[in-house]
Amino acid sequence: MRNTGYYSQFGGAFIPEILVPTFDELETAYLQAKDDPAFWAEYLELMSTYSCRATPITRLDNLSEELGGASIYVKREDLNHTGAHKVNNVMGQGLLTKRMGKTRVIAETGAGQHGVATATMAAKFGFDCTIYMGAHDVARQRPNVFWMEQMGAEVIAVTEGSQTLKDAINEAFRDWVTNMDNTHYALGTACGPHPFPEMVSWFQSVIGTEARAQMLERTGKLPSKVYACVGGGSNAMGLFSGFMDDDGVELVGVEAGGRGRGTGQHAARLAYDDATIGVAQGYKTFFLQDRDGQMQDTHSVSAGLDYVGVSPILSHLHETKRVRFEAANDNEVVAAMQTTVRREGLIPALESSHAFAQAYLEAPKLSKDDNILINMSGRADKDIFTVADAIEDPKWREFIINKAKGYQQGINQ
Amino acid sequence: MSHYLTKLETSITAAQEKKDLLLMTHIVLGYPNFDDSLRVVEDMVEAGVDLMELQIPFSEPMADGPVILKANSEALKGGATVEQSFELAERITKAFDIPFLFMTYYNILFCSGVEKFVERCDNIGIQGCIVPDLPPAEGLTYLEAMKKHELAPVHIFTPNTPASRMRFLSDNSAGFIYSVARKGVTGKDTAFNDEIGEYLTKCRNATDLPLAVGFGVKSKEDVDFLRGKADIAVVGSETIRVMEREGVSGVKPFIQTLVA
Repeated sequence: MRNTGYYSQFGGAFIPEILVPTFDELETAYLQAKDDPAFWAEYLELMSTYSCRATPITRLDNLSEELGGASIYVKREDLNHTGAHKVNNVMGQGLLTKRMGKTRVIAETGAGQHGVATATMAAKFGFDCTIYMGAHDVARQRPNVFWMEQMGAEVIAVTEGSQTLKDAINEAFRDWVTNMDNTHYALGTACGPHPFPEMVSWFQSVIGTEARAQMLERTGKLPSKVYACVGGGSNAMGLFSGFMDDDGVELVGVEAGGRGRGTGQHAARLAYDDATIGVAQGYKTFFLQDRDGQMQDTHSVSAGLDYVGVSPILSHLHETKRVRFEAANDNEVVAAMQTTVRREGLIPALESSHAFAQAYLEAPKLSKDDNILINMSGRADKDIFTVADAIEDPKWREFIINKAKGYQQGINQ
Repeated sequence: MSHYLTKLETSITAAQEKKDLLLMTHIVLGYPNFDDSLRVVEDMVEAGVDLMELQIPFSEPMADGPVILKANSEALKGGATVEQSFELAERITKAFDIPFLFMTYYNILFCSGVEKFVERCDNIGIQGCIVPDLPPAEGLTYLEAMKKHELAPVHIFTPNTPASRMRFLSDNSAGFIYSVARKGVTGKDTAFNDEIGEYLTKCRNATDLPLAVGFGVKSKEDVDFLRGKADIAVVGSETIRVMEREGVSGVKPFIQTLVA
């Protein structure tokens, strides 16, 4: 029987029978690509000419000084084309799609970053493209929807269930079971049935490989701790994979604490005690579910972390204690973002700001000799509406009201 | 491993002595509520249905299309629990003398404890299970428990399934094989034509279990097409549509037109 991708008890491939040959085909294409040095060379060439790789690391000079502990470094995944780490995975899967001779890609998206990245890849490679996005997320991430549509993708607002990321994943699978012959499902995170967790982590490992070498070159040693936010877990897997064998480097995953522990309104699967092991969306991991196994509603200020499950590889690393999981709540996240914008001129996405919030809590407790590294998985351009609301900016409000008035007058003419 | 004989297969064989094509229908337990679920079962049995799938609602029914998806989420919104599903299923199996199966997703079994779930199926007279997101390779505990209790694990053949895989699935099944007539999810139209005839011949050659055919079966014409090509016609989403359009009382006349 083939290896179905287990990480201790987590992972597997719980897929409808109709997709079994499709997954066999995908796994074969993935393994062949992985064994082919020319594939990785082509991938790196593409990423360096299309998406600003290698992304730099930046030292937060002001905040390192002010917080008074460790030197804080940031891996700048926000400088990727499309503004987030998502493109690392998508371009890799785009090359695989070409290898498999398929002509259409579909994807789910939460925050919209993976949707934009997939639409970009489809435009570049000439694929047809359909993006599934929870109606709730379409409402809060209009700027990303706008760009997806400009790039020729069809964006379908999913009105089922909680209308967020998990529901978009279900709809993408429903499309795939119909159209698998010409369609590849470019799953956006290190979740789902095997080989997705492993394959997505492989493409994202470019982050950790670069970051490790950059920290050594820049500081002469490895960081004491590295921080990444965790939704599905792809940026975290990408960063952590570079340091997995370095026992002295503590790996810290930061989940969405939402309205906090005990509120039932969060997306902390591993940092809090609310999640239990289950099987959904094709894989086994910790899910936020009730005793019957029904998935529960999650909450986060950041659409990209608002998800019921988590990478099976991270559940495994949680159990072995290789990765420590924490959660940052909505208020802490918005505050950390504002601090970073004001003091350093960097604009981390709300997702990434979870990692910043936790790092800012811990940096003062470390010594001046310590270095820590935060993965800035994306930039916040897309979050401007959410952030403006969260900080209740009166000028933004006035701008939107006037803009709306202008549109209404236009319609009335 | 070859499949073992179950009460389900024996019942099917016996029923086939009177009819050339059996009819299996599907309901989602708790949709629109548990009382109506019971009424619909009663009407279906009276209308001449030969066996039934009772779906335990799940929040992420990945293989189901819009009609059954909505029925799942409405049932859950109404507070349907796994416990209530078992309780109603027990009343149903006691009241009606046809075979009943559970259809649900693996997490429902997993969270109940697979062995406990299967044992309870046996205790309340459920004769088999269809778990569309559980391939045999992931379901060894389930398959062993089903065999121990002489219940039928029903697996699915699809138009994409190679003959060798069909034989593997058949070896891991009991009761019958569920052939889906086309790609995609439940509740979309299917054109029943020669191509499907060829596919059903391929299915037939890969198993000596009875063959049920579903996905898009919604009219007497579709049912008649399957006569001689399959043992069981499965009508799923269409009865839910009829119920939504005409109310619970519309189900019985609809079934009667199928078997007329």
